[in-house]
Amino acid sequence: MTNIDDRIAVDLRGEQITIGRQPDGSVKVEVINGRGEPLAGAVLPPLADSGQPQAHTTGPQTISGTTSADATPAVTVSGRRAVGRSTRKLRPGLWTPADVGLVLGSAATAALVVAVVLRQFFESPGWLADLSLWFVLTLGLVYFTAREQMGPLAARDRVATLVIGSGALLLVVPLVSLLGYIFIKGLPSLRLSFFTHDLKGVAPGSPATEGGGLHAIVGTLEQAGIALLIVLPLGVLTAVFLNETRSKFRRPVRIIVDAMSGLPSIVAGLFIYSALIINKPGNSPLFNFNGFMAALALSMVMLPTVTRTVDVVLRLVPDGLREASLALGASRARTVWSIVLPTARSGVTTAIVLGLARIVGETAPLLFTSFGNTLLNGNPFKDPQESLPFFVYRLVKLPSATDSERGYIGAVVLILIVLSLFTIARWAGRPRKAKTRSPRPATDLLTSATGRSS
Amino acid sequence: MSGAQMTNGLSTRAATKLRERPGSKPNDPPTVVDQVFTGFTRTSGIIVLGLLVLIAVFLFREALPAFREAGWSFFTEYRFDIGANNRKPELGVLGLLLGTMVVAVIATGIAIPVSVLTALFITDIARGRARQLMIGLVDLLAAIPSLLYGLWGFAFLSNYIPSVSEWTSGKLGFLAVFGVKDGGQYIQSYFIAGTVVSMMTLPIITSICREVFDQAPPGEKEAALALGSTRWGMLWNVVLPFGRGGIIGGSMLGLGRALGETIAVSLLLPQIPSLSVHVFEYGGATISGFIANNTGAQGLTLAGLLGAGLVLFCFTLITNFLASIIISRSRSGAGVDA
Repeated sequence: MTNIDDRIAVDLRGEQITIGRQPDGSVKVEVINGRGEPLAGAVLPPLADSGQPQAHTTGPQTISGTTSADATPAVTVSGRRAVGRSTRKLRPGLWTPADVGLVLGSAATAALVVAVVLRQFFESPGWLADLSLWFVLTLGLVYFTAREQMGPLAARDRVATLVIGSGALLLVVPLVSLLGYIFIKGLPSLRLSFFTHDLKGVAPGSPATEGGGLHAIVGTLEQAGIALLIVLPLGVLTAVFLNETRSKFRRPVRIIVDAMSGLPSIVAGLFIYSALIINKPGNSPLFNFNGFMAALALSMVMLPTVTRTVDVVLRLVPDGLREASLALGASRARTVWSIVLPTARSGVTTAIVLGLARIVGETAPLLFTSFGNTLLNGNPFKDPQESLPFFVYRLVKLPSATDSERGYIGAVVLILIVLSLFTIARWAGRPRKAKTRSPRPATDLLTSATGRSS
Repeated sequence: MSGAQMTNGLSTRAATKLRERPGSKPNDPPTVVDQVFTGFTRTSGIIVLGLLVLIAVFLFREALPAFREAGWSFFTEYRFDIGANNRKPELGVLGLLLGTMVVAVIATGIAIPVSVLTALFITDIARGRARQLMIGLVDLLAAIPSLLYGLWGFAFLSNYIPSVSEWTSGKLGFLAVFGVKDGGQYIQSYFIAGTVVSMMTLPIITSICREVFDQAPPGEKEAALALGSTRWGMLWNVVLPFGRGGIIGGSMLGLGRALGETIAVSLLLPQIPSLSVHVFEYGGATISGFIANNTGAQGLTLAGLLGAGLVLFCFTLITNFLASIIISRSRSGAGVDA
């Protein structure tokens, strides 16, 4: 231990894993038990002037550590051999293949050490411990090798970049796992008949390929469609009102729209249930558990978000365009219709489609309003109606395996709908190449003019 | 003197008279089209205003019986008994509120570091394709329905979290919050619910952070690099300090989102309100999840649920309001729409 110059040590119930830099520039990973006896270890060699780096290992393992071999001669700094430290400009932000190799090698080494230590010698506390230990070891290895190559400042940059990248990865991994899990569970039993049948005559516990979700798909489309019909004109007009007029009502409208966008969706459903379905104003038969009530609750959720996003999009339209239009004598209405809305078209479309994607998967407002149904009901204004989220929510909670499997099929279809809406939104919102309507070339004018004159 | 006279003279000799008096409005009346346009937009604005105000007022009116019945104990009682089998319902929102807070805090606590790192990755590290891909993935994360998160957490993640809970609880069990009673189960805990809800708060925190980091002044970033700072040095000394307001504001918006999360939580928690919080142990309830698990409520119970919903709404409102103030006050957040 004494010959180790800089090192970090990870303590595990008395046993230690150390990563250390030795005076000759090599990096040593060692596992030491409570009595100070080494159990396993690996040495990443110094970055010598020539020769392939080779890892010297002890213990039952192989090492694939690649390090960037730098061709510049070693420079002696303050009596100490700074091995491989280049005199060239350091570019720690630049990742050469050798750097990537170094990271991968460190990760592999760390994985081996973790596997050996936690799986062979001790009982691992769990997957998260393995993962954290592996991550810390990898960072340590990268830090010390990069420090050897480029000095502490650049090494810190490397490690920070790695941490930031891992953070981004941490966001991607659950997303992929979620999509993968639902597809794996649901896709094998997805048959075409799912789109043509409802759950009529399907006994609980019958195979998941039997029956289908037609009633749920129809319900979802109808409810989302009605909500869209309500929200689209109101939301866009309100956003135009907020942006393009000088009314003194704009401030209260904006405040209340902002406030209502924080309304929890379950409260929207509860409100419709309490105010319309229980109270039945005017004793109208419309106010009962049906798809229309669900659509009302959904539009309560959708209206504030769509209004706000369209408002933001309209705000991005440059004032110069508006002023030019008004200066040319166009009315305000004409300006909005011909200038502002076309300019903001892709943004408005994206806002609306994303709002739609959100309510298609919204379950909470439906619990109190559409009530669910196992049979096809095409009339949204009468009788309870099923919808996809409802279908999934109800079925996956059932104890029977085939029933919950049927729920997963619904989840796959729901994901596919959301994904396609999402793709449409991305496609509509893509940065468009400016359509250049080139004026007639000047030469053209010239020839026509001369032609006329001649 | 003469200069002033000159300008006076010039101004009186201005070309054409534009207006009768300075400050008066142009006297040409708006065209019919414009009147219709103004009328239409104003009507829709007022309809939206009216509708939303009406909803707020109705919500309060419908919840009033519960407040009247329970009085102040509505806020100090932790039990919320829906009064099955003709028992008198007992209405208290404290236990639910506490659970909601715990889930939201755990969720935001997990989400903040991941979001900030992802935002930094998108603004300053990734280039070209990778950058576009990351932006798309964050948007996709926001588009996935919360039901599917709940499903994933319920069926998949619940198999992996309890071992972590058990180990952590074993190490930190001397603190009551982390402790688990003998024989207690580690499934359906606040921790699992918080982990899943954190996935749903990620996109909003990330996108606010990203907008704010994007607005860090390029001059100062370049100055830091020109003075020999590494990229990390630049991020640490320029981008992060500038983005602090955005990080705080975005986190509060994420908190607001986590407070209202319903379906995932209703799948992941048993919805038993209680005053003692053990984050790793089976048990817990949140307002929205509790409402979702009590469909078909009637009478006083319904009023109580509406009251609980109203309390939740108020909390979300306050959180979002504070967040937008923080974001708009922070220098970095100029022009960010919370």
